[in-house]
Amino acid sequence: MVRPNPEPEETVKRQDKMRRLLPGFRLTLGFTLFYLSVVVLIPMSAMILRGSGIGWDGFWKYVLHPRAIAAYKLSLVASMTAALLNVLFGTLLAWVLVRYTFPGRRLMDALVDVPFALPTAVAGLTLGNLYGPQGWIGQWLAPMGIAGVNSQFGVVIALMFVSLPFVVRTVQPVLESFEQEVEEAAATLGAGRWRTFFRVVLPTLLPSIITGFALAFARALGEFGSIQFVSGSIPFRTEIAPQILIQHLDEHETAGAIAVALFLLIISFLILGTINLIESWARRFQN
Amino acid sequence: MSIELRHISKRFGDITAVRNISFTVGEGELVGLLGPSGGGKTTVLRMIAGLETPTEGDLFVRGRRMNDVPVQTRNIGFVFQGYALFKTMTVFDNIAFGLRIQKQRCADIAARVEELVKTLGLEGLERRFPHQLSGGQRQRVAIARALAPKPNVLLLDEPFGAVDAKIRQELREWLVQLHDELNITTVFVTHDQEEAMEVSNRILIFSRGNLEQLGTPREVYEQPRNEFVARFIGVMNVLEMTVSGGIARLGGLSFPAHGHSEGQTLRIGFRPYAVQVSMSPNEYRHQAILKHTYFLGIMLRLELETPDGLVVRARMSKEDYARLKLEDGMSVSFQIREYRVLAREGEILTPEVSIAHPTVLGEGI
Repeated sequence: MVRPNPEPEETVKRQDKMRRLLPGFRLTLGFTLFYLSVVVLIPMSAMILRGSGIGWDGFWKYVLHPRAIAAYKLSLVASMTAALLNVLFGTLLAWVLVRYTFPGRRLMDALVDVPFALPTAVAGLTLGNLYGPQGWIGQWLAPMGIAGVNSQFGVVIALMFVSLPFVVRTVQPVLESFEQEVEEAAATLGAGRWRTFFRVVLPTLLPSIITGFALAFARALGEFGSIQFVSGSIPFRTEIAPQILIQHLDEHETAGAIAVALFLLIISFLILGTINLIESWARRFQN
Repeated sequence: MSIELRHISKRFGDITAVRNISFTVGEGELVGLLGPSGGGKTTVLRMIAGLETPTEGDLFVRGRRMNDVPVQTRNIGFVFQGYALFKTMTVFDNIAFGLRIQKQRCADIAARVEELVKTLGLEGLERRFPHQLSGGQRQRVAIARALAPKPNVLLLDEPFGAVDAKIRQELREWLVQLHDELNITTVFVTHDQEEAMEVSNRILIFSRGNLEQLGTPREVYEQPRNEFVARFIGVMNVLEMTVSGGIARLGGLSFPAHGHSEGQTLRIGFRPYAVQVSMSPNEYRHQAILKHTYFLGIMLRLELETPDGLVVRARMSKEDYARLKLEDGMSVSFQIREYRVLAREGEILTPEVSIAHPTVLGEGI
């Protein structure tokens, strides 16, 4: 039996005293906590405090109103659909940007960031015109019986637009650092291109795809500006959750707005928590 | 015959990576492809594997022409320089990858993986992910993965490149043992001549796309075919001399140069071990100062500087050094016992010349 000499197990121990770039752990931690409190924690606690004044009965009355429920449903389903479609096309787009060289690649790469920078109202206005009955795309959809705006379809399109960069930008760097050698190794072991893609490449990309999905989904859930232009806010059909909140505010029912806001907050937390769990499972092969 | 290349060339655009190479590797041989980077050795390895297609020539593995056989069906084990492990899979799944593609039965796969885990000393690591392994362990997983489908040939690209010096030495000995045990035809690439000499049955030396020489480690060391090989294998002193009156001269050094025309430039090469040194400044013909001594373990390397400013490297054992009572900065004398006339690169070398009466070197001949 051939055996190499025993070799010391590689143990990565974090040094007790790491050299720190920023001075004073306590100071920086303190500042971070303060910052986080002012920006995130205090506003949220204030809302919870305000909300607690409503009482359970009031809370459930607003939160479980059928019109509100329809809006949550649309928000969740449309965001989910947009994020899933972006996972598919965003990954493909990242693949094309990384693996191929073609004229206009850099321009295409830069265009991916446009939804990041564009004010959402501008996006909404543009999409509204484009998909409207007289718009470039809308005029072709209308004969097929598809309404490009004032419809759930329009909501999904708008959410896809605003959340696309998240998938592309999370998948792209992982794909860039993927070694060609690994694919060649699979080939020498007899794997064809599909097996190599599904068994070797995709599992490596999966954590970043999930992260991209989570970010895109979160972004879509939070989107409001562009939806105002394309949804038409038709009760029970094209209203999204934040629009319920606005509607309550318009009717001077602050309590209702806060109840719905609280509920959305809780839902967001639950969804992010779940996605984090899935992410850590998908990253189990990493440090 | 396990591997045969006939007039193989490979061009990438305008660049010729490999130029008209022919050689054979016997069944069960352990062969090293040696040369500086950019020499074409990795390209040759990748062509055997099917990761590159030859531009010209024929490639045979076990008598079968392989040029148009896709990499997937060549049944060749390839160990990549960076190991290229599947990081989303455990050690077990990495090794089992090739077996699962062959759709072997689960029990057979488990048995084969277990066998390899034992052979390669990876017990207890089956459920680990590659990032939880040390460099040496990763390499052994890569070798196990390549060996699992029982390949016809095992190819390794710079197998010892990514580990530190101590483990490197162990891995070399271990690779020889593994090869002895499995007796699989193995070809590996290295740029380290010491490594190639120690591990291989035969060495193929590449430079700029050409196969410069093929032979046992001893052959390429003792009978280098050309100047490139002579200089690449081991250390060599090379002096560029001018012929006058049948003698090649440079400073105080001179060598007989019959048959060379007046004024011609002649390159003379000699190994450091062919330089004899004495602490007495008059014992040998050439005088020099011992500038510096390098301790390389049991052997020492001496750097001598002649009054003309030429630097000559000599080599001797620690015992000889102590016996001669040498010290840095001393005035010494030296002679050259064996030397070789180096032709231009690519030309065939003439055999080494021994000097019978060194004390009359260069004078009266």
